[in-house]
Amino acid sequence: MTLSTFTRRAALAGLGGALTLPAIRPSLAQAAPIKVGVLHSLSGTMAISETALRDTVLMMTNWINGRGGLLGRRVEAVVVDPASNWPLFAEKARELLQVARVDVTFGCWTSVSRKSVLPVFEELNGMLFYPVQYEGEEESRNIFYTGAAPNQQAIPAVEYLMGADGGEAKRIALLGTDYVYPRTTNRILRAFLNSKGISDADIMEEYTPFGHSDWQGIVARVKRFAGEGKRTAIVSTINGDANVPFYRELGNQGIKAEDIPSVAFSVGEEELAGIDTRPLVGHLAAWNYFMSVQSPVNTDFLNMWRAYINNPRRVTNDPMEATLVGFKMWTQAVAQAGTTAVDAVRTAMYGQKVDAPSGYTLEMHRNHHLSKPVMIGEVQANGQFNIVWKTPNAIQAENWSPFIPENANRRRG
Amino acid sequence: MSATLADPADSRARLGFRAGLAGAVLLLAALPALNTLPADHALHVSDFIVSVTGKWICYAILALSLDLAWGYAGILSLGHGAFFALGGYAMGMHLMRLIGPRGAYGHPVLPDFMVFLGYTDLPWFWRGFEHFPYAMLMVLLVPGALALVVGFLAFRSRITGVYLSILTQAMTYALMLAFFRNDMGFGGNNGFTDFKELLGMPLGTPGARAALFYASLIALVASFLVCSALTRTKYGRVLTAIRDAESRARFLGYDTTRHKLFAFVLSAMLAGLAGALYVPQVGIINPGEFSPGNSIEAVIWVAVGGRGTLVGAVLGAFSVNALKTWLTSAAPDLWLFVLGGLFVAVTLLLPRGLIGLFGGRRKGRDA
Amino acid sequence: MPRLLVLLLLLLAPLQARGQEAFEALLPGLAGGFAQQAQTVERLGTLGDPRAAAVLRALSDGRLLKRPDGTLLLRDGERVTEFPGGAAADAAGAEPVRINNRVRAALRGALGRLSLLSPDAAERMAAAEAVFRSRAAENIPLLEAALARESVAAIRARMELALAASRLAAGQDDAKRAAISALGASSSTEARAVLLEARAGNPALGAEIEAAVAAIDRRLEIRRAAETLFQGLSLGSVLLLAALGLAVTFGVMGVINMAHGEFVMLGAYTTFVMQEALRDIPALAPWSLPLAVPAAFLVAAACGAAMERGLIRHLYGRPLETLLLTFGVGMMIQQAVRLGFGAQNREVTSPPWMQGTLELPFGVMVTQNRLWILVFSLVVLLLTVAAIRLTRFGLEMRAVTQNRRIASAMGIRTGRVDALTFAFGSGIAGIAGVALSQIDNVSPNLGTSYIIDSFMVVVFGGVGSLAGTLVGAMTLGVVNKVLEPYAGVVLAKVFVLVAIMLFIQRRPRGLFALKGRAAEQ
Repeated sequence: MTLSTFTRRAALAGLGGALTLPAIRPSLAQAAPIKVGVLHSLSGTMAISETALRDTVLMMTNWINGRGGLLGRRVEAVVVDPASNWPLFAEKARELLQVARVDVTFGCWTSVSRKSVLPVFEELNGMLFYPVQYEGEEESRNIFYTGAAPNQQAIPAVEYLMGADGGEAKRIALLGTDYVYPRTTNRILRAFLNSKGISDADIMEEYTPFGHSDWQGIVARVKRFAGEGKRTAIVSTINGDANVPFYRELGNQGIKAEDIPSVAFSVGEEELAGIDTRPLVGHLAAWNYFMSVQSPVNTDFLNMWRAYINNPRRVTNDPMEATLVGFKMWTQAVAQAGTTAVDAVRTAMYGQKVDAPSGYTLEMHRNHHLSKPVMIGEVQANGQFNIVWKTPNAIQAENWSPFIPENANRRRG
Repeated sequence: MSATLADPADSRARLGFRAGLAGAVLLLAALPALNTLPADHALHVSDFIVSVTGKWICYAILALSLDLAWGYAGILSLGHGAFFALGGYAMGMHLMRLIGPRGAYGHPVLPDFMVFLGYTDLPWFWRGFEHFPYAMLMVLLVPGALALVVGFLAFRSRITGVYLSILTQAMTYALMLAFFRNDMGFGGNNGFTDFKELLGMPLGTPGARAALFYASLIALVASFLVCSALTRTKYGRVLTAIRDAESRARFLGYDTTRHKLFAFVLSAMLAGLAGALYVPQVGIINPGEFSPGNSIEAVIWVAVGGRGTLVGAVLGAFSVNALKTWLTSAAPDLWLFVLGGLFVAVTLLLPRGLIGLFGGRRKGRDA
Repeated sequence: MPRLLVLLLLLLAPLQARGQEAFEALLPGLAGGFAQQAQTVERLGTLGDPRAAAVLRALSDGRLLKRPDGTLLLRDGERVTEFPGGAAADAAGAEPVRINNRVRAALRGALGRLSLLSPDAAERMAAAEAVFRSRAAENIPLLEAALARESVAAIRARMELALAASRLAAGQDDAKRAAISALGASSSTEARAVLLEARAGNPALGAEIEAAVAAIDRRLEIRRAAETLFQGLSLGSVLLLAALGLAVTFGVMGVINMAHGEFVMLGAYTTFVMQEALRDIPALAPWSLPLAVPAAFLVAAACGAAMERGLIRHLYGRPLETLLLTFGVGMMIQQAVRLGFGAQNREVTSPPWMQGTLELPFGVMVTQNRLWILVFSLVVLLLTVAAIRLTRFGLEMRAVTQNRRIASAMGIRTGRVDALTFAFGSGIAGIAGVALSQIDNVSPNLGTSYIIDSFMVVVFGGVGSLAGTLVGAMTLGVVNKVLEPYAGVVLAKVFVLVAIMLFIQRRPRGLFALKGRAAEQ
């Protein structure tokens, strides 16, 4: 199995070299191709999450070329490897915009990588689609954010935990990796919890470094925190890599979801693929999409993805869906604008709608964020999520959170 | 047996060598000028090339500083990235203070990250960084002071070789962990970004880019001249003697601790300077710069170029980084093989580095 | 025994009378909304209908299916039957009934009550645990009945706690007082939570509750100290495993192998490959983890030998160059694994005997996987020491490291010994990977996070001394865990690093300095 994967990967690597792309139709080959930059780490610590997004963009370029391209031109992906190195992200962004002259870029996962490339995209008036949920507090005219803002993920999830179905939690342990997304999200959540009558004494907040692997002490402290006679829940903003050891420890120390449920904002199907989920049944995650969504668009997405990656067991996740939605929206905007020029496409993007795999129709708003549905899923024994709650409609992003008081006197740009 | 004991018959070759160096500097200096040519001109150089070259020049200064410590004083520091990053952070703090009320929240004093993390006052160690001269002083003093403390403790207890390398690696690792903490007041993982201006120049304009480019180039040439003058003095010869046989030098009555300490501190300050020039050009400083891998990479530039020759260090920094820039776009899945293979090949086949191909003149044994 | 049955029947009689029709009337509620499901489960649990246990268990295991028209099916392996009824049925178009945490909690309580009298001791234990958590008035008679016939001491203790918890929730003040003192005599955080929960509803008993909580806290204090010590030793054992191979390659041979972490990673991937390869062989599948140990040793040792013969031997005496070379090799190994297996994590499951917690005397809880890793690390250490002290290879290895020329003159093939030593050290790194696959990500980055800690352990303990490596690893682990609650995870680690740096200034040769080698270099 591994050998065949290897050859396939190696073949893909050749592709990744960028300039060879899918079978070119003669009619399409004549006009100069439209170029799509792919700025995702293929090595280093973030490769674990970002390689799947690179593959998603490549799949989508295949898809659009299969439909005759865009504006009668072929769409070509330019893949680079910023290697989980933040200054390299900025360098590669500049290279994509100035040397490869891409028309649009899909990329970044971590906030810091986005912060690193943001000045470059603004200086050179490029266009970046950013597909991951993040802490908000940003709005660049050169970036379209297709992941969730905190009000589209964190707050509904905590409301669910405090409701009857979620176990009426009265004490909350906020566990996170020490970087800006968890810090900001937890600050917003703390303000939200205080507004719901949960005092600071009933909130525990603890941060760990990236890739933290020894969770014994913290899980034991959470157990102790839960031993104060009030229903307790964990809200986890733990980043990708540290989740496997965290959940293993949770399972081994016998923390059952019925007693202390945990809800995570960064754990999706890809992360669960590395864990035996049987001891974790019932723990929760909040996203805007789950692979288990039943919708015709999602079925198409799954089939296309598995055919492309040539593996019938590969999973999809929320950032992949966000990438797909962003790509489709961009193609619609380009078709509507009749050009790939950034300013025209930007105007065309506002109000653009896409039927997303999540089963909802998503719209791009003038604040450069999507309206998104919020879903809460329980981990099942097979590594998938059972959707136990979702919003009736897609909700708009509040990228400037009302729970951060300083936003009141923010300068409106 | 050191590079300073010139062979008279060699002088013509040396003249040619110097001419070559001067030519290379002139070529570099011409880049921003060529950038101003119209885009369709045959000699036009893109913004990308200028900015990426500016970055390499900073790396070259770092390589130079490392070569001073390793190639001449025999101190293999696996933590030079820490000095580079500290210089960068000092510059970053200055740039952050210059943003002033132009941040997203419009706070007159506090940078954005402090505002949304709920700071009410500027931490004490941020005071004074709004003044350029103070910030520049810190760029040199902070790395210098750290090197002084670590170096003093280490050299006094005669920690050398591999132990010293591991010690410096632990130093940069500990700093990385500490800077990742948001509670430190340095912006945690996100570090500093979105700089607006420096010395009144708005950043991100061709003018600012050219100015920073020239500042870095001047810093590189100046550091090169200082290092090369230093290695020619008696002090430099003693340093080389210590590298080659520390006990013998000590028995001859030289205070080896002080000699090494001076070289180490100077080297750390140069690294800090490189970091300070680097940050406004790449537009970001974050704790990732402290990661031990970065410091090892810097060592590899020096090894690839040829350690113990200042030109080699500079050459190594340029060539490895150019290769990396090219490969991460041309072969995004395979570049690690090429780069890893290069390190293996150079250490095995070219012990004197690339400069050895040109008949470079590093002599003396390994520490 | 007959008296017990009479008691139970008396208890359930009023329900039993209308049980028949009530049971069937309730069933559709199982396929309703979560709130309705939870209610239905609770009522089914107290109804006393003998069919309740089967349907509740099926719901809990995801074997209860529902047709679009609302009728229910039971799946048992391949067989699908109608429920109630039992006629064979076709599962086409039916979907499993989904439940959430709320329903699951209700199920646990209901099933617990229903299996308090189970003949299986483990089931009774689990039932007592579940009933403890559900604490309701209707538990009291059931628990009393169960206690009357329970003979296993541990289960009795658990049932008594559960009874106390239920009485505290719904009893008379006298019963509550007895319950408080029973709970106060235990040393569990759960009992403490129950007490604190009851405080608000029983202001009259406040003083008793406070006293009981204080008593528990005193016992917990000792228990926590023991648990912190275990956590520290466990972290130490992970460091020991990661550093042991390095203690051989670096400590004995003086080779700085920056690819050491990658050998650890290869060991973890070998575990994954073994698991996948043995998955379809029922006889061997449960043994894939133990079998992975020799396999990982061989894989890593082979890579190590190849690297030593092919590359490193050209650089002996130049430790700093080896550092760069092995760093390059490490990069390549990592990327090869990333391309071969994908960048995503791979799932290595833990065998049942490595899951869950084990209760030691005084209520000290330790996790099974960490306990096994602790034991495993000590075994590996002993074997390593034995290999070096007791075997011919070990003798030659020591001879070559002490004086290469003389060893060579005595007829030892030093090249072969070098290769074997390096392979040996690399193999130990591979074994460490097997253990780490049980607690960490199996991803291409696995090794990177351990390399610096490993070097610190070896240098701190004293280069060339395995005893030093042991003491160094355990000290670092325990100090880290003791500091953690006060300083936080990150600062604790920073403090430890700074402390080591200062320590090395004082004793440059580490804790266990080898004598006679200090003059070297």
